[in-house]
Amino acid sequence: MGFKRYVEIGRVALINYGKEYGKLVVIVDVVDQNRALVDSPDMVRSQINFKRLTLTDIKIEINRVPKKKTLIEAMEKADVKGKWENSSWGRKLIVKERRAALTDFDRFKLMLAKIKRGGLVRQELAKLKKETAA
Amino acid sequence: MVAYRYHQYQVVGRALPTESDDHPKIYRMKLWNTNEVRAKSKFWYFLRKLKKVKKSNGQILAINEIFEKNPTKINNYGIWLRYQSRTGYHNMYKEFRDTTLNGAVEQMYSEMASRHRVRSPCIQIIKTATIPAKLCKRESTKQFHNSKIKFPLVFKKVRPPTRKLKTTYKASRPNLFV
Repeated sequence: MGFKRYVEIGRVALINYGKEYGKLVVIVDVVDQNRALVDSPDMVRSQINFKRLTLTDIKIEINRVPKKKTLIEAMEKADVKGKWENSSWGRKLIVKERRAALTDFDRFKLMLAKIKRGGLVRQELAKLKKETAA
Repeated sequence: MVAYRYHQYQVVGRALPTESDDHPKIYRMKLWNTNEVRAKSKFWYFLRKLKKVKKSNGQILAINEIFEKNPTKINNYGIWLRYQSRTGYHNMYKEFRDTTLNGAVEQMYSEMASRHRVRSPCIQIIKTATIPAKLCKRESTKQFHNSKIKFPLVFKKVRPPTRKLKTTYKASRPNLFV
């Protein structure tokens, strides 16, 4: 019908609430209607409520409840990290992180870069205006 | 991980030795309660019903907390209970899916309170067991026995990631689609 992202074994999800905020995890099994067993290469396998998860488009091929090693292999094979960082959602999150970690000097450099870019854009615009006026 | 309110304790106790009975029989019980003090109290409650012994003429030999052996594995737990309703005592059997037995017991107490208005002092757990998938009786647990389980999250309310970012008013209606 309309649904494209399903809760299924192997679905990659982002934790959007709580202590593990921002982590990418794989749904490894479903406990019941509200909770899933979730695993990630850098965390202990634990159960988490679906309300704390946002499903992504990425899905990997695993059996129900794989061993940690199998999970890591499957994640490497499907290149979850690469797909995530190339997706527009993942890129936006990375940019957000970088912006939050700027120092004052970085913000100064950013300001100069923005002014320079604005100047170049305005030059081109002036050129185009002259052409259309002429 | 969730902090469970209910812990499982193993309580071992016996009556105090008297002149007539030098080695009274030792009884061991597995209980669920929020803390050790309450577990010991509940031990005497049950033991009084089985044997003529009270806390004043008995002694607790050991109380240990029992932890879940493998909290990363999902099990189907069957719980047999006896509860007091407004009109009498009834037995019940409930099934829960959870990673730990303590979690299942906590689910049971919540469910009894919500569906039957039974408060926790009126519930006695008779027996708990880990049920293999074939022997589960309830459809609501059996529907998750599917290795290719797949369902969409139909109603997705987006929450602010911390309670500090919560606002009473929002500029636009939320998008509830996954």
